[in-house]
Amino acid sequence: MSVNGLLIDYEWCTGCQSCELACKNEHGFPMNKWGIKMVEFGPFEMEPGTLEWNYMAVPTSYCDLCEDRVARGEQPTCVLHCLANVIEYGPVEELALKMAAKGKRVSMYVP
Amino acid sequence: MSLTWNEECSPMRQTLEDGTEVVRTCAWSPPGCHAVGCGIRLFVKDGELVKVEGDPEHPLTRGRLCPRCLALKEYVYHPDRLIYPMKRDRTKRGQNAWERCTWDEATELIVKKTAEIKETWGAESIIVYSGTGREAVRYAFALTSQAIGSPNHCYAQSGWSCMGPRQTAMTMLLGSAYLEYDYGGGLPKTWDDSAFVLPEYVLLWGKEPLKSNPDGLWGHALIELMKRGTKLLVVDPRRNWLTTRSDQHLQIRPNTDGALALALLHIVITEGLVDEEFVEKWCYGYEELKGRVQQYTPAWAAEKCGIAEDEIWALGRKLGYNKDGRPWGLCIGVATDQNPNGCQLVQSLVSLAAITGYLDVPGGTVVGVPMQFDMNSDSPLPADLVNKCIGWKEYPILPVLLNTTHPDLTLEALETGKPYPIKMAWFDSTNLLSPTCSAQPKRWHDALRRMEFVVAKEAFMTPTVMALADVVLPISTWAEHDGVVMTNQGCQMGIVGALNKAIEVGECKSDLEAFIHFGKALNPNFKWETAQQYLDHDMEGVGVTWDDLSEKVVYTNDIGGYHKHERGLIRGDGEVGFGTATGRVELWSLGYQNLGEDPLPYYEDTRLVAQRPELAGEYPLTLTTGARYFASFHSEHRQIPSLRQLTPDPLVEIHPDTAATLGIKDGDEVVIENPWGSIKQIARVIPTVRPDLVSAAHGWWFPEKDAEEPSLFGVWEANVNQLIPHKEIGKMGFGAPYKCLPCKVYKA
Repeated sequence: MSVNGLLIDYEWCTGCQSCELACKNEHGFPMNKWGIKMVEFGPFEMEPGTLEWNYMAVPTSYCDLCEDRVARGEQPTCVLHCLANVIEYGPVEELALKMAAKGKRVSMYVP
Repeated sequence: MSLTWNEECSPMRQTLEDGTEVVRTCAWSPPGCHAVGCGIRLFVKDGELVKVEGDPEHPLTRGRLCPRCLALKEYVYHPDRLIYPMKRDRTKRGQNAWERCTWDEATELIVKKTAEIKETWGAESIIVYSGTGREAVRYAFALTSQAIGSPNHCYAQSGWSCMGPRQTAMTMLLGSAYLEYDYGGGLPKTWDDSAFVLPEYVLLWGKEPLKSNPDGLWGHALIELMKRGTKLLVVDPRRNWLTTRSDQHLQIRPNTDGALALALLHIVITEGLVDEEFVEKWCYGYEELKGRVQQYTPAWAAEKCGIAEDEIWALGRKLGYNKDGRPWGLCIGVATDQNPNGCQLVQSLVSLAAITGYLDVPGGTVVGVPMQFDMNSDSPLPADLVNKCIGWKEYPILPVLLNTTHPDLTLEALETGKPYPIKMAWFDSTNLLSPTCSAQPKRWHDALRRMEFVVAKEAFMTPTVMALADVVLPISTWAEHDGVVMTNQGCQMGIVGALNKAIEVGECKSDLEAFIHFGKALNPNFKWETAQQYLDHDMEGVGVTWDDLSEKVVYTNDIGGYHKHERGLIRGDGEVGFGTATGRVELWSLGYQNLGEDPLPYYEDTRLVAQRPELAGEYPLTLTTGARYFASFHSEHRQIPSLRQLTPDPLVEIHPDTAATLGIKDGDEVVIENPWGSIKQIARVIPTVRPDLVSAAHGWWFPEKDAEEPSLFGVWEANVNQLIPHKEIGKMGFGAPYKCLPCKVYKA
């Protein structure tokens, strides 16, 4: 059976945190629990005049890759609601090919 | 215009196996947002909203949602939400002495007091105050003129510094309601459509649309274009996440935009980077403009703006006309309005878009058509009453363009009783005491406290309602009423969407329902019977019935497509050309001249800036305000737990070097002070701002703090609008320095 994961294109994650709220809505998590959380990396001025600044969505140990939704033929809720459409769900082998094709600023998580 | 839709779309209402009803609808307000109309699926079980999801069948948003729509349930069922009418004894204004009453009681009181006030002081003594483009604004002019019968509809932002300057330039130069970069909003498959031409560049000026989605632009469309190769050119005093993905970012000093825009015109004109055919055929006053911009050299602008000269040359050359047909689109934000030089700044930018040849072409800047809502028609009031509108004599642009009072002169009328006494206020979805639209909100507070009678329509108790209102009427959220939402009121390519009522809460009415209700109660000649009737009438201009729209939920509207000037789709008389006296893009503007302004653009420094000798010693920093956050829409959402968790405090961005000099650390409470006010916010030490600039948040009040006077939910504590002086505006009455103020900062 294939292992599934989430591909996050952090070139374009805008840090909106919709994934956090969508996940909480879906799974009924209270205020202090998350299934996915946005992490801000920067801004770091490592080079004068340019900023290294990325947002990243990171699934927590609570993420079950929206098992129930997927069984119903739907996308995981973070995937559906992501404003920048940077989260993709699928088997890791397929996601890895996409990672290679993109070639930069992309991460994959198996929660 | 032509509308397209998905014939195969899912039914508007569906029932799941477990009895849950799923309603497809579009979002608007409250809770607030601009007229974007994101696609929503509301899950309702036994009359209760149990879940909110995005609608994958929406052609634009495709199921994606921002945190504010995702937190809808917390809003709908919030224990503090106003769900029935309340009244309060006038002597207890400012106290939490509200009594529940029925709609009939509230209506009777409003009818009685309105009649008394009209009888004694005239209809002109009543002012209806609106906020930004929420759903209330769609009906506010009609409410003011047809229901209440007053000539005075007021948007309380000093200098009309949201849309004033932009609307002036767009209307006077082109006869267009609004310009927007082409993201394919009018195409059935938007940016994936085979007919879509990708802009080579988008010039993003004074705007960060990801969070603001202003005036109908779904902000994340820009990300889709950038993923496909569009390069971003940004003009903004702040660096932000978007600028780190941009091709070029010109980090100018606040309010020096006009200088840069003129220098860009200088570059494209002197280097011959203009579309000569378009200029020859469709422009008026090109030679005069050419003469004017000779003095505005890139070297001069570089010094003014505090940036490198070669950056300006590089930008100008990218924006020039090129025969390869690589178009660029203009995307300009409210920062261009919040500038006394704004009318000239936008005049320059519109001219730039025009002469470089990418106006109303695929992948360029789309010329808008008239907005589809009642903003200036159908007023049943006699001309002599209409002409009493405050500020029309002093600023004649108002009756031409916006049909409202002049905001700054409205404050003066409230304070002085001239030209005539003002006695009644109607707050129509505006929280103007909080740091949103008004400048010097304490002055507004003190003046409005003296009103004979005050009505408010709101969803939550706010500082404005607590301080001033005698009766408050509860409004329903967009999930609780039928309605229509169009991308920027139908003036731009985008969607026409239905709000489909899915649930009911308390005794709330929608803004439209309240308009109909009070129209019937207050005006014996009121012509509308039901909200449904008004919606049907609304749809006549669009070309679809409300029932069809409701069932199909969302249509794509191409507003007539591209090259509208060549096809007679801009002018009111249907003739070919632009909506101006000459039928051409008036680079030399007859409209500006008629209003006593220079017909060509010019640059003027903002007057009361940190660089002025009398201010520089005490107030060495420049303050900008109002950068947006995902978690809130202006002053809304402060009490919504999930959203407040995302952004718990009002933040002021301070450069690390400046913070170090001032002994300020990230998270410290700091004072921001200038000649007009003093407030406290929390320091965010971050290299987004220039070292001589700080960027404070707007819209903050604290629902958890003491509600009553003098606290009013702590509305004065972080109220950055207190630091904005009254009436520092442009010549035509538009543009105030919300984003360019002198200040000092120190640890609290």
